[in-house]
Amino acid sequence: MEYVIEMLNIRKEFGTFVANDNITLQLQKGEIHALLGENGAGKSTLMNVLFGLYQPEGGEIRVRGQKVDIANPNVANDLGIGMVHQHFMLVENFSVTENIILGSEPTKYGITNKKDAAKKVQALSEQYGLNVDPYAIIEDISVGMQQRVEILKTLYRGAEILIFDEPTASLTPQEITELIQIMKRLIAEGKSIILITHKLKEIMDVSDRVTVIRKGQGIGTVITSETNPNDLASLMVGRQVEFTTVKGQAFPGEEILDIKNLVVQDYRGVEKVKSLNLNVRKGEIVGIAGIDGNGQSELIEAITGLRKVKSGTIFINGKDVTNMKPRKVTESGVGHIPQDRHKHGLVLDFPIGHNISLQTYYTKPISKSGIIDYNKINDKALQIIKDFDVRTQGPGELARSLSGGNQQKAIIGREVDRDPDLLIAALPTRGLDVGAIEFIHSRLIEQRDNGKAVLLISFELDEVMNVSDRIAVIHDGEIVDIVTPESTSEQELGLLMAGHTGHKESQDLTKKGEDQHVE
Amino acid sequence: MTKRKFGLGLSLMLAAGTMLAACGSEEDTSTGETGGGEEGTEEAADFSVAMVTDVGGVDDKSFNQSAWEGIQQFGEENGLEKGDGGFDYLQSASDADYNTNLNNLIRRDFDVVYGIGFLMEGAVAEIAEQQPEAQIAIIDAVVDAPNVASVLFKEQEGAFLAGVAAALMTETNKIGFVGGMEIPVIERFEAGFLEGVATVDDTIEVDVQYTGAFDKAELGKTTANRMYSAGADIIFHAAGGTGNGVFTEAKERKEADPEANVWVIGVDADQYDEGQTGDANVTLTSVLKRVDTAVINISEQAMAGEFPGGETITYGLSDEGVGLADSRGAIPEDVMAQLEDYQQQVIDGDIVVPDTLQ
Amino acid sequence: MSNRMTNLLVPIVSVILGLLVGAVIMLVSGYNPLEGYAALWNGIFGDMYTIGETIRQITPYLLAGLAVAFAFRSGLFNIGVEGQLIVGWFAAAYVGVAVELPKIIHLPLAIIAAAVAGALWGFVPGLLKAKFHVHEVIITIMMNYIALHVTNALIRTVSDGGDRTENIFASASLRSEFLENLTEFSRLHLGIVLALVMVGVMWFILEKTTLGFELKAVGFNKNASQYAGMNVNKNIILAMVISGAFAGMAGAMEALGTFEYVSSKGGFTGIGFDGIAVALLGMNTPLGVIFGATLFGSLKYGALNMPNAAGIPIEIVEIVIAVIIFFVASGYIIRLLLLRASAKKKEAK
Repeated sequence: MEYVIEMLNIRKEFGTFVANDNITLQLQKGEIHALLGENGAGKSTLMNVLFGLYQPEGGEIRVRGQKVDIANPNVANDLGIGMVHQHFMLVENFSVTENIILGSEPTKYGITNKKDAAKKVQALSEQYGLNVDPYAIIEDISVGMQQRVEILKTLYRGAEILIFDEPTASLTPQEITELIQIMKRLIAEGKSIILITHKLKEIMDVSDRVTVIRKGQGIGTVITSETNPNDLASLMVGRQVEFTTVKGQAFPGEEILDIKNLVVQDYRGVEKVKSLNLNVRKGEIVGIAGIDGNGQSELIEAITGLRKVKSGTIFINGKDVTNMKPRKVTESGVGHIPQDRHKHGLVLDFPIGHNISLQTYYTKPISKSGIIDYNKINDKALQIIKDFDVRTQGPGELARSLSGGNQQKAIIGREVDRDPDLLIAALPTRGLDVGAIEFIHSRLIEQRDNGKAVLLISFELDEVMNVSDRIAVIHDGEIVDIVTPESTSEQELGLLMAGHTGHKESQDLTKKGEDQHVE
Repeated sequence: MTKRKFGLGLSLMLAAGTMLAACGSEEDTSTGETGGGEEGTEEAADFSVAMVTDVGGVDDKSFNQSAWEGIQQFGEENGLEKGDGGFDYLQSASDADYNTNLNNLIRRDFDVVYGIGFLMEGAVAEIAEQQPEAQIAIIDAVVDAPNVASVLFKEQEGAFLAGVAAALMTETNKIGFVGGMEIPVIERFEAGFLEGVATVDDTIEVDVQYTGAFDKAELGKTTANRMYSAGADIIFHAAGGTGNGVFTEAKERKEADPEANVWVIGVDADQYDEGQTGDANVTLTSVLKRVDTAVINISEQAMAGEFPGGETITYGLSDEGVGLADSRGAIPEDVMAQLEDYQQQVIDGDIVVPDTLQ
Repeated sequence: MSNRMTNLLVPIVSVILGLLVGAVIMLVSGYNPLEGYAALWNGIFGDMYTIGETIRQITPYLLAGLAVAFAFRSGLFNIGVEGQLIVGWFAAAYVGVAVELPKIIHLPLAIIAAAVAGALWGFVPGLLKAKFHVHEVIITIMMNYIALHVTNALIRTVSDGGDRTENIFASASLRSEFLENLTEFSRLHLGIVLALVMVGVMWFILEKTTLGFELKAVGFNKNASQYAGMNVNKNIILAMVISGAFAGMAGAMEALGTFEYVSSKGGFTGIGFDGIAVALLGMNTPLGVIFGATLFGSLKYGALNMPNAAGIPIEIVEIVIAVIIFFVASGYIIRLLLLRASAKKKEAK
C-alpha cells in the first residue's frame, strides 16, 4: 500500500511534559483517515508537528516514502500539506479571493492580479463542488462557507494532503452533511485527508481508517468498517462509555422559573423573543430545542438580566426579577453556564482559580470589607477542581491553557457550587469529547435529582432528547410546542424547529403563547 | 573634560545635519556692528561666559539665537574659545532642566551665566540664592537678587514703530497680529503695535490672534491664512517658531501670485532671510530686540569688574536695544522719513508708548 | 538555557546592545562615545547633587507610569495622563498659593487637590466611554488640549495677567531641607516617598481588593465580567478616575516639589506621554513601573550632562537615549534571539 504520509514513532516534549509519545500515523493515498482522541490527548500537537509548527524530539516523518524535515509551515506547504484550522484564519473584511491569495499574491508588474486569482478560485470551487463566490466578503458569508474558503486556500496552494482540525465544531447539521460530501469529493479527485475529531458519529460516517491516541500515546489504528462507536469510545477514553444518559424519573415540584409574555429586542431593535411563555419546575430539566438564532440567546440574556426586557415578566421563586441587574438575578438563585465559554464564561487570562471565584469573589468568606483573601480563593479552587475533576496543573494555571472540557467543568463547578435553584445551561457540551459530555450530562441530572430546576439550551437534538424531561421547541422567538422525549422523535422535533406545527392537540401543552402563529 | 577645536566641531555638526541655522548665522554677526568694546586682541582674556537656552533651543531664529550670537561675538572679540574657560551654552529640553543647566555652568566656573527668557525666572531666583558667588543675568524677567542682573526690553517701542509702518503701508486697512502665548512680554509687543497703528489711523482694523504656543509653525500658518483671506495685507508676528508658519503662508501666496500684496513683520532678529522666496521677499521689516547687544554689554561690564548685580537694565529705542531692521527697500523713502520722525518723538519722550493693553 | 538565566540576560543584553548602537551613532557623528557615556554616568551618579536630581526626575515618571499602567490593567488606554498631570499641577499650585495653613493640613490638601483634579479629568473620558462607547483614546487626547489651555487661562487669571503663579507657601512645599542638604542643593523632594507609597497602593488595589479583581477581570474580558455580574461601566469609570488621580499627583510633584509654582505652558510637558513608555517597559506592573521610571528618569536626566561634559549636541544625545530605550523595550526580540541561539546549540550537540 502506498502511504503519502508516514509519521513514525513521533515524540514531542514540552519541558517535562510529553505531549506525543511514540505515535505512529500512516496515511494512505485517497483515504480519509480519522485521528481520534479526547481533548488534550495530543491530536493537535501531532498535527502541528506534521505542519512544521513544532519540531519533534523523536521519530521521523516521510512524505511519499521520502524522509523529510519539516522545519516550518512553508516546507509543509511545499510538500503539499494543507491545514484547515478549527479557528478560521481569515480577514473578516476581505473578499474570498483576497483571503485565499493572502501571503502569496500573484502579481503582474508589481500589481496584485486579483482577477486571474478570482478565476482560478472559481475554477477550483467548481471542480470540488464548493459553490463559493470568489468576490463575497468573508463577514457576509456563513460559517460553513468560511470553512470552504479555508479548504480552497489549501487547494489553491496545491495541497494534496488536507488536515481538517475539528471541522464540524461550529457547523449546523446541514452544513456537516455538506462538508462530508465535500470531503468525499476531494477524495474522488485524488486528495488524501486527515480528519481530527472526537465525534464518533462523523468518523463512522466518513472515515476509512481511524488512528486512536489517548493521553499522548498512540493506541493503534483500526479500519472503520470493522469497528463500532462503542469500541472506538472505549479505545479513546480507556474505559467503557455509556451513550444513552442514565437517568431516573423526574419528580417535578413547584415552579421556579415563570416567564410570561416576554418580549426582547436585539441591539437593532428587532424583536427576537416574541411574547414567550415558559416555566421550569423544581426537579425537572426543560430542554429548549431550536435552530441557532431563533431567540435562544436573547431569552437567556433576558432571564439573567444581561439584556433589557421590552415587556413581559420573569419570576424566579415567585420573585419578580424582570430587568434586574445581572448580579441581583444571580443572587436570586440563578446559575448560568454561558453558551460561549471563552467570551462569556471565563476570563481566559485569569488563573483558573480566579475564574472559579468569578461569581463569589466579593462575598464572605473570600472577601471581607473589600479585601480579598486569595488563600480562600485557592481553597475553593482546589475543592472545585477535585469535585468536578478539572484536569489542571493547579489553581494558578491560566484558564486559557486548559482544554475546553476542563474549562467547562470549572464553569459548571463554579455555578453548581453556589447551589442555585435554577441552573441555565446553554450549549454546555459544545465542542467537548464524549467523556466530558457524559460527565456534564450526569451533573445536570444530578442537579435535577437534588430538586433544582434546570433549563438546557442546545442545538443538538440527541442531547435534548437524552437529557430533558420536557422539550420546549423554540422557533422565531416563540415556544411553538412543548413535548416530552418519550412522545416525540428527532424527525418531529426537526419539523417543529423549522416552524411546522399544527397537529399536536394530543400533546401536553402546558403553556402556550396566545398569539402563536400557525403556518 | 574636552576642549574640542571649534572648527572641527562645526564641520562635524554640519555633517550630522544639525544646527545648520546656528552655524550659518554666526558669520553674519561677525560682520555686524561692534558692541563698542575694545578690538579683538591676540591674547585671550581671562574671562568666560555661558548661557542656558529655554526650551526654544539655540537655533530658534529668535532671542535664544540672538543671545548666543552675542556671546559668540563677545568671545571672538576677546579671543575666547568655545568650552570651559571661554564661552558655551546648554540647551534645555524641558522646564525642569533650567536649574540643572544653570547649576552645571556655574560649577564649570563661568564668570557670567545667562538665563535666556522669562521661563527661567523661577530657576534663576532659586540658583542665585543657592550660589551667592555666581553672577547670573536673566533676559526678559526681573529677579530680585544681589547677584542677578535683570535685562528687560521696551518691546512696545519697537512694536510701536512696526505699527506705524504697517499703518502707513497697508492698502486694505486691515492688519494682523499673531501672538505666541498671552504673557506680559508678548502683550507689550501687542500694546505697542496697536498704539502705533492707532496713532496713524484709528480706523484701521487690527485682527489680534494668539496661538497659545511658540513652537507650532502649522498653527501660525493657518492663522495667517485666515487673516490674509479676510483681507489683511500685513501681519506682525510675535510668536517665535509659530511665526515661521506666518512666513510660510505669506511666501506660498507670493509664489502662487507674484502680484499678491502680502507682508510679514518679523520679530526679535532680522528675519529678512525667512521671507525670501525666489527673487521676492515678503519681509516688510523686523522688530529687533537686541539681546545680543545686551549680552555683550553686560559681559563687558562684568569683565571690567562692574557686573550690574541687583540692577534691572531696560533697553529701549534710545539705547538701540530695540528698533526696526533694515527694510531693504520694502518701505519707501517717504514712509521711512515719517518713521524716523516718530522714532525721534519716542526717544525724546514726546510719545510714551504704553506697555500694557488699555 | 534555563528560564531564570534568560530572564536575567535579556535586560542586560538589551542595555548593552542599546549602548553599542548609541556608541556607533556618536562615533559616526564624530564624538567620543567613551566620553559621552562617562558624561552620562556622571550625569546620573556623579555626585550627591546629580543623584538627588535624578531621583527628582524619576518621581513624576513613577506616578505617570502608574497612571498609565493602572488604566492598562483595566483594559483602557489612558493617553490623557499628560492633561491630568497638568490640571493636577495647577490645582496643587493653586492650593499652595491661595491659602496659608499649617503644613500638616496644607500639604495633604494640595496633594489631594491635585489628585481630585486629575481624577476629574479622568472621569470625563471614563463616563463617555462607559455610557456612550466613545473611545477613550480620542477623548483623552482632546482632554489634554483642554487641560493645557484651560490651565494657561486660569494661570493668567490668578496671576493678574502674568505667566506664572507666585511661589507656593512653604507650608505646602514638598521640599525638605534635610534632602537638599544631603544632595548639595538638588531639588530632591519628599515626593519620592509619596510616589513609592503610591506604587504600593496600586499593588494593593490590584492584588488585594475586590475592586482590583473586578478591574483586572474587566480589563481582560468585559463580556465575561458582565456575565459574572460585575458592573462594567462603573469599573471603567473608576479605573479612569484612579488613573487620573495618580496622574494628578504626578502634577503635584512638579507643583509642590520641583518648581513650587505653575507657569503658562506653550506645549505639553511630555511626562504624561513618557509615562506610556514607562508603563509598557514595566509590563504594567507596579514593580515594573519602578524599573521603567528609573530607567527613563535616569537617562533623561543624565543626558543633560552629555552636552555639558562631553560637548555632544543635545540632538545626538536624544537619539542615543532613544536608541537605548528602544532596545530595552524590544526585549522580546532579544529573548527570541537568545532562544534561537540556545536551540542551535542544542541541535549541534
